Amino acid sequence: MKHFAWNKQLVFGLAVLGLMLLAAIAAPWLSRHDPLEQDLMSSFLPPFWQSDYHGNYLFGADSLGRDVWSRLLHGSRVALIVAFVAALLAGLLGTALGLASGYFGGKVDAVISRLVEIWTSFPPVLLSIVLAAVIGPGLLTVIVAIVVIDWTRFCRIVRAETLAQRELDYVTSAVTIGLRPLQIILIEILPNVAPLLLVLFSMEMGIAIVVEAILSFVGLSVASGAATWGGMISEGRLYVNQAWWLMALPMLCIIVAVLGMNALGDGLQRAFDYRGSSS
Amino acid sequence: MLSGYWLRRLLWVVPTLFGVALIVFVLLRVVPGDPIAMLIPPGARAQDIANLRELYGLDKPIWQQFIGWLGAVAQGNFGKSISLRDNVLSLVLSRLPATLELAFIAVAIALTLGVLFAVASVYWRSRWPESVVDGFSGLALAIPDFLWGLIFILLFGVLLPIMPISGRLDPTLEFNPLTQFFFVESLLRGELRIFASLISHLIMPALALALPLTAMISRVLKNSLNEAMEQDYILLARVKGFTRSRIIWREALRNALIPTIALTGVQFTFLIGGTVLIEYIYAYPGIGNMAIGAVIQRDLPLIQGLVLTFAVLFIAINFLIDASYHWLNPRVRQG
Repeated sequence: MKHFAWNKQLVFGLAVLGLMLLAAIAAPWLSRHDPLEQDLMSSFLPPFWQSDYHGNYLFGADSLGRDVWSRLLHGSRVALIVAFVAALLAGLLGTALGLASGYFGGKVDAVISRLVEIWTSFPPVLLSIVLAAVIGPGLLTVIVAIVVIDWTRFCRIVRAETLAQRELDYVTSAVTIGLRPLQIILIEILPNVAPLLLVLFSMEMGIAIVVEAILSFVGLSVASGAATWGGMISEGRLYVNQAWWLMALPMLCIIVAVLGMNALGDGLQRAFDYRGSSS
Repeated sequence: MLSGYWLRRLLWVVPTLFGVALIVFVLLRVVPGDPIAMLIPPGARAQDIANLRELYGLDKPIWQQFIGWLGAVAQGNFGKSISLRDNVLSLVLSRLPATLELAFIAVAIALTLGVLFAVASVYWRSRWPESVVDGFSGLALAIPDFLWGLIFILLFGVLLPIMPISGRLDPTLEFNPLTQFFFVESLLRGELRIFASLISHLIMPALALALPLTAMISRVLKNSLNEAMEQDYILLARVKGFTRSRIIWREALRNALIPTIALTGVQFTFLIGGTVLIEYIYAYPGIGNMAIGAVIQRDLPLIQGLVLTFAVLFIAINFLIDASYHWLNPRVRQG
């Protein structure tokens, strides 16, 4: 870690991630109301910045009288779980195929590269929606949909990096001393692409948060009624002329989360790139 | 003149489309869920259900269905939509022009703004315009088109309601088009009120689609312009006493555009993919919006037809990008 260089983006990214974690873990203690609890008497109560604010619901209440603040907090749980698990699985699958493709070359590479090419021949959003629709709504569905569409992102970049690493002396010497391919890939090459993987992982978390929001927005994510940012946007959109904040607040959450994950990726890239920092 | 490279590229299109078709076809059938369930009224007899299943060929094994479908597609028959009860091909063709117009306007916006931003940040290098462009690029790239679409609705449709937020044309206007290319047709026929209404409906979805591509173009072009400005021929132009803006516009831009087109190619296909959600958000009657409807209705023949259409668009765009790159760059052309 002697070459690790802290920077502003990294700090911002970590701060956003920290806030999301805090919101997700402490959601029940930070909010007065259950996110699913309906109270039709309170529907469309205004948020704190309006003059007729009542003091009970910080960000007001939605059409069914549910606490918006509580729903936003609980929404970060879904976002974080999906972001973390989906990015991890997509990363594992894509990295494994990318390493194999880049290291072995030849027929293995040809098959995997063709597969990636076919996979990227249709819109990822459409594919994820098709997948989510056929499997049926649910948290697992969202994760599967993201993994199935986004493994190619890891595969492409890891393949290119492995191709470059393969030509380096340390791999040649590992081959010379008789290490088996699997050993070389796991012990020699993988540690060298690990910083890159961390960067890709952060970026993928941002993408996963957006895809989850998209699927909830179309009504294909977790069960309707559950607190998700995308679901809140799509419900809020129906009443946007009465209460624009119902749509704006979850949008703001997603935007901050995505900017945070992007900054985290950029920041990590800079932090690892010690060659660049010397100039 | 078709060299071996282009011939191979063209031949590769067929297996790619085959792969896309196979993946989607199998995916739609191995997972649980019965498309027929959507069609049957409550209390239908088992025999009716079986008849319907037979009508859509869903009673046969998957491989037989696939071969049958493939054979029909090869003859231009994409089957019949289950939910809309019409020919898939004519449904898709009736909606495709709306999507093409939207995508074309979005690309035009992205190219214009992208080049302007890049040139501005090179012209005023290390001064405030460069920081503004850099800041914009960062934001425009990080936030996906889906969110831009919603942001614009919120800003210009609700908080400051100056723009229509749904549809393609003001429904009170009378317009009897001969084609589905409303934008082109209204312009050719001189129907300016129709044209204005089309523009006002297109501008927000097109801008939402264009922003990420704009940022990508301006970022890549800025770098290659800065590189080009270091070259000898620019020094020569400077010695000749040309103005800075002439040097950038006439000399550097021509050479810097080539790598930009190649490097931003993928982003063009992202833009086409983005039409799916943007059309849904803006209730814009194109194939993207139709695709979401088809998925929600589990309309297998329509989904298959639409996915293939998108695949053809993707492949065609990649092909055009490669071709323009080769055409613009003599070094590659000779090699």
